[in-house]
Amino acid sequence: MNADAQNQKRVRAIERIVFWSFRLATYFILACATYVFLDIGIKGGRTVFMRTAPFINLKFLTTGPQTLYVFDYDGKKMELSDREFRAWKTTHNEDVDVTTISYSAGGIWPCIVGTALLVVGSMTLALFIGISSAIYLSEYSRNGPFIRLVRVAILNLAGVPSIVFGLFGFGLFVIFFGWNVSLLAGWFTLGLMVLPSIITASEESLRAVPQGLREGSLALGATKWQTIRKNVLPYALPGILTSSILGIARVAGETAPIMFTAAYAMRDEMPWHVSRWTDFFFQGVMALPYHIYVVSSKIPQNEYTERVQYGAAFVFLVVVLLIALTSIILRERTRSRLSW
Amino acid sequence: MVSLLKMPETLLQRTPRQSTNAAPEEANDTAMIEMRDVDFAYGDNQVLFEVDLTIPARAITAFIGPSGCGKTTLLRCINRMNDLIDGARITQGTILIDNIDINAPSVDVVDLRRRVGMVFQKSNPFPKSIYDNIAYGLRIAGVTKRSRIDEAVEKSLRASALWDEVKDRLETNAFGLSGGQQQRLCIARALAVEPEIVLMDEPCSALDPIATAKIEELIYQLRTQYTIVIVTHNMQQAGRVSDHTAFFYLGRLIEFGPTTKIFTNPSERRTEDYITGRFG
Repeated sequence: MNADAQNQKRVRAIERIVFWSFRLATYFILACATYVFLDIGIKGGRTVFMRTAPFINLKFLTTGPQTLYVFDYDGKKMELSDREFRAWKTTHNEDVDVTTISYSAGGIWPCIVGTALLVVGSMTLALFIGISSAIYLSEYSRNGPFIRLVRVAILNLAGVPSIVFGLFGFGLFVIFFGWNVSLLAGWFTLGLMVLPSIITASEESLRAVPQGLREGSLALGATKWQTIRKNVLPYALPGILTSSILGIARVAGETAPIMFTAAYAMRDEMPWHVSRWTDFFFQGVMALPYHIYVVSSKIPQNEYTERVQYGAAFVFLVVVLLIALTSIILRERTRSRLSW
Repeated sequence: MVSLLKMPETLLQRTPRQSTNAAPEEANDTAMIEMRDVDFAYGDNQVLFEVDLTIPARAITAFIGPSGCGKTTLLRCINRMNDLIDGARITQGTILIDNIDINAPSVDVVDLRRRVGMVFQKSNPFPKSIYDNIAYGLRIAGVTKRSRIDEAVEKSLRASALWDEVKDRLETNAFGLSGGQQQRLCIARALAVEPEIVLMDEPCSALDPIATAKIEELIYQLRTQYTIVIVTHNMQQAGRVSDHTAFFYLGRLIEFGPTTKIFTNPSERRTEDYITGRFG
């Protein structure tokens, strides 16, 4: 009796310990996420938002980075951007003791544009190749040694570190194909990087389409491609879009693959300032994650660089959130028409 | 043999064929589907053995037998639906439709499936409007003329006795229909491409008795225009709707003949045991 009761007690104690450790692990994640978002939100918010109208720091969002000139003049602390400083110089002739801080004036507009271009291009490429091969794998191929090899290759590709993709892209696209540091090289490198997850997820969504729809269509005399195009792919698209949301976040956020292939630390022209339209694909761009990397590690840190770092990180999160939101809305639109 | 009396005249102009397996009174019938010594296997697992069967035209033939006896497999051989399954194949024998070997390399499987329609056990309307469901087969066949599609939709919905129930909501999603209506929609969809043969794989197994009765009535009416092969678990159903019955057991055709004979005076002991409910 007594031993039984004791055993009961012990079992309950273990139950409580297990329950609380699981619970705490979950809360720990929540705490980390809250800290990260609050930290970036508050510190970045100071850069992006203003107390006075128009409340949003438009200069930060719509101009390119400039060097910041800090100096004391007339008992006041002056913080001027490159251009402002030169204009100031024309009216003031006296010598001042100036501290210059790179990238800390102006804004991050070229980085936003560059990241958007990189995301759109590489996702288009990855979705096209990814969906095509997923269709081949799930609808056409028959299981055999070759297809198993393909699957192993896809799994391994998913495990390759992004810096390796960067070096691969540098070797193949930048040097061997002679594309130089360019949007095109960045698209292919980033596209290849997200390809495995898009293939896997697309294949799963294709397989989730009931077999009855395929059979019903084929039994009416449809060819395989007609069946896929009209009666399988449309119903798999919501799932494919869901998976691409994760792909978007990854493409937008990776620094390593683009630092050798597509990203410039600083560029004054915007991507549409090209003389021939073909040049558009062969130009390097600025990108948000790479810009954050540069301002956080390539220049001496101080209160001025911190403003840019947090501001850029904040904008970056918002951009990813907006892109993700768009695909979620797109997905819900497609999905609401379907149910089985 | 009521069906023979109702046969349209065109049929008489076809070349009569002597069928080896059929009962004597249908000797003049036109053979639509002939199976000659068909063996079938999924990988190494043989499921059909030497099936030799002649299915007459413009009549209803029922396949009956206990689960796993191969009747659905045989049915899916007729429109080569088994092509979709890895490792599934006819290992021996031939299946002829109008004297053409349907597994010959020269036969286009898409063409075959247009001639041989199929209704599945689980109703499988497409997640589209009722109209688009019926129009699907015509559109993939390249029909674009709206008036022709409209006409075909109405005609096949009338033929499947669904027109009056759905004529006011053709543009609504087919998933809004009841189970029985969905299955009749699938029949209408199959009829819209004007097949010669309609295969039905337990079309009523998921339906209530009232919906079942409606579909049975429909099947019975269709037999003047189509050759119908129906797989069923329901003995009464086979008795009610079919003109001929084939009884399968463990992958072999045990007995084939007019339904009245199979149900009243079977020549095989196993057929009698199954029909009277002693097993299966």
